[in-house]
Amino acid sequence: MFKIRSLHLFILMVLAAGLFAAVEVTEIVQAQEQGPQAPTDDQVNAVAKQLYCPVCENIPLDVCPTQACSQWRELIREKLAAGWTEDEIKNYFVAQYGDRVLATPPASGLNWLVYIIPPLAIIGGIYILYRALQAWKRPAEDQGGEEQPQPEFDEDYVARIEDELRQRQQKS
Amino acid sequence: MIANLGYGALVITLLVSVFGTGAAYYGARNNKHAWVASARNATLLTFPLVTISALSIIYLLVTNDYQVDYVASVTSNSMPFYLKVTALWGGQPGSLVFWSWLMSAFASAVTLRKWERDQEFLPWVVIVTLVTLGFFLILSIFFENPFTRLWQTAGGQITSAMLQPSGSIPYTPLDGSGLNPLLRHPGMIIHPPMLYLGFVSFVIPYAFAIAALITGRTDDRWIRITRRWTLVAWLFLSLGLILGGRWAYDVLGWGGYWGWDPVEIAAFMPWLTGTAFLHSVMTQEKRGLLKHWNMILIILTYELVIFGTFLTRSGVLSSVHAFAQSAIGPFFFAFMGLTFIVSLSLLLKRWNTLKAQTQMNSLLSREALFLLNNLLFMGILVVCFWGVIFPLISEIFTGQKVTVGPPFYERATAPLFAGLLLLMGVAPLAAWRYSSAKTLGRAIWKPFIASLLVVALVLIGGIRNWAALLGFWLSAFVAAVTLYEFWRGAMARRRRSGESFPLALWHLAGRNRRRYGGYIIHLGVVLMAIGIIGIEIFQTETQGTIARGEQLSLGDYTVSFDSLAVFDTADGRNVARAVVSVERDGQYLGELYPRRDYYYESQQPMTIPGVRSTWEDDFYILLVDWQPISSAGATFKIYHNPLVNWLWLGGFVFIFGTLVAAWPDKDPEKRRVTARSASHATAKA
Repeated sequence: MFKIRSLHLFILMVLAAGLFAAVEVTEIVQAQEQGPQAPTDDQVNAVAKQLYCPVCENIPLDVCPTQACSQWRELIREKLAAGWTEDEIKNYFVAQYGDRVLATPPASGLNWLVYIIPPLAIIGGIYILYRALQAWKRPAEDQGGEEQPQPEFDEDYVARIEDELRQRQQKS
Repeated sequence: MIANLGYGALVITLLVSVFGTGAAYYGARNNKHAWVASARNATLLTFPLVTISALSIIYLLVTNDYQVDYVASVTSNSMPFYLKVTALWGGQPGSLVFWSWLMSAFASAVTLRKWERDQEFLPWVVIVTLVTLGFFLILSIFFENPFTRLWQTAGGQITSAMLQPSGSIPYTPLDGSGLNPLLRHPGMIIHPPMLYLGFVSFVIPYAFAIAALITGRTDDRWIRITRRWTLVAWLFLSLGLILGGRWAYDVLGWGGYWGWDPVEIAAFMPWLTGTAFLHSVMTQEKRGLLKHWNMILIILTYELVIFGTFLTRSGVLSSVHAFAQSAIGPFFFAFMGLTFIVSLSLLLKRWNTLKAQTQMNSLLSREALFLLNNLLFMGILVVCFWGVIFPLISEIFTGQKVTVGPPFYERATAPLFAGLLLLMGVAPLAAWRYSSAKTLGRAIWKPFIASLLVVALVLIGGIRNWAALLGFWLSAFVAAVTLYEFWRGAMARRRRSGESFPLALWHLAGRNRRRYGGYIIHLGVVLMAIGIIGIEIFQTETQGTIARGEQLSLGDYTVSFDSLAVFDTADGRNVARAVVSVERDGQYLGELYPRRDYYYESQQPMTIPGVRSTWEDDFYILLVDWQPISSAGATFKIYHNPLVNWLWLGGFVFIFGTLVAAWPDKDPEKRRVTARSASHATAKA
């Protein structure tokens, strides 16, 4: 039989796992004021960090060593100096080169799938787990008196019997 | 000549594999042992044959035989001997032969085991390993041949072919284009073989699983046979991942160790299913549960191994066009699809015989918590897989390319990793079969209080970031539970046997190495978690252009630019090397030398950081840019990476724990005989 309390605790743990999945780890964003005067490298990098050039796969713009990326960073610097905001600059690059310059797909159209599928799969997994536990539980309840431990199947012991039987056969 | 020898050896190995597969099948179906024995010998023959082929490539590489296309593409005159040897896995064609080489070695090793009690598995294990080997041989022979040579046609064009095209003359470049400079790091030299060893050794448990499904011997025998193979596979895969992280940290010049690149994820995915498998097989061994699930996990691991091999070297996921253009892409997917369908059909055929013999009795039992652990691992797998393939899906359906970058993976997986840490703390205290809130609570409260004390200390230390506090609490909790388990076990042993505490601890771990090895691995994970929290949450950075003598500050640190020199080296590099002095709170700490190497041959730059590393933090400085006349100044980027060394320490502990768990026991047959003769002796006396 299940102890009610242990059921509660288990559900709590499942919920805790789900809760973890629901929250985001906040990023440390360097709080930096953007002034109209010459932008610092750090201000440029703060924007560049969120962008990817179409040539260098999977390397964020702020650390990419290629010439092309260096020119993009200069472009960001000019835009910042002209007083553009971070979002305006990002939109500018998206308009020029497409959604792929962003670190994650914008949540629109088909792209919703990228955000929806993992949580759905995890919820599905929790459901399957729940059903499986129900299925395993049922026969246990039917039998009643689940407290007695069942004899365990000892592989080593069986192997030993097999060995000894074989030896006996060989002798005879 | 040597190229022909190597190629011929590959072709003969393929024929031998085909023969072995056929012979094993015929022998198993018609109960003809001679045929199975012949198939076993065929498997043993594949290793020397592929060895000939691999050694041929190495010979061509070290003798600078640039007429061979592969040699010209991965080596050059200026490369040292050891790099020429390791260029065997420096490109796709060589890597595939290397894969086959390892596969043939593992296939041979497994056929050499004692098969007395498992004779019926032998032919099917031979078939699975030989089919896998055959697939890679076909790739090498028909698609990615490392032995093709360069020819100049009458029209002056250079072509690459195995056989001399009519009217052409051999073409030998004066120098090769050299190995990708990024791959010339010691970490990158050991990293691919480790990953490949991990990949290949996971084929063995899969082969036994399939053998169990085909023969209908679906008890947990296959799991017991392959337990150590699985651990070895997991060991190599973990080692490969850790080395890869270290390489990225040292070489890639972005101050991180893991960039959620598809290639990294490709190696990470089989590790995820493999780790879930390692935990869940224990449930089957102890409780006879989850038999279907273990089959599914090992089948998934095998498919992800094939997928990972494919992704690692091909780069085809970058776009649909790259995929369509690569000759091996469709072939890979066909093989994966076929093996997946066959495996699943076999599983469905045996579905009923795999039904559990026992029930799940308690939701807080170890087996229930292992199920939850598997759920979280699968959750991370879904995130990874989906993130890797989504750009392709998007391109196919909308024509729009998208990037799925680190923020996606970090947000989606961080909570799941936290959940895993929590389970790592609770599950070791839960008993198999039956555990109640009361028994669990009784076991848990002491480590729990200890972990809260740690959190209090961290709070007093001035840390207020809630994610970091949660992370530190979870790490402290797991560490406390694990150390408490060691302490409890050793104390109990000491009371019983009167041994001293260290001796009791030693014997305790020696007696149940799998369990205590596992705990050591958990401690390794805790240390790694501390490092990851440090760098992910508390990393700071700044960048600035400073003239000689000027300073740049980050937190307590100040760096001053002393000098910069640009020079050519004998091995074909142009090096720009800066000298900077580092101070902390006004105290001089030493000089660092960040530099930028430019490789003339491959026209690639490489940024090598200057790092001052302590247990507290890493001070990591990069030379980003400089003016031709150095007095004008140079641009530096500085990262402050707190606690990152705990990550590498954790890696060592992790590997040590795996070694403890995987270390061979005395032969169980022998042990039984000794035990028996001892008991006989006592009986006689």
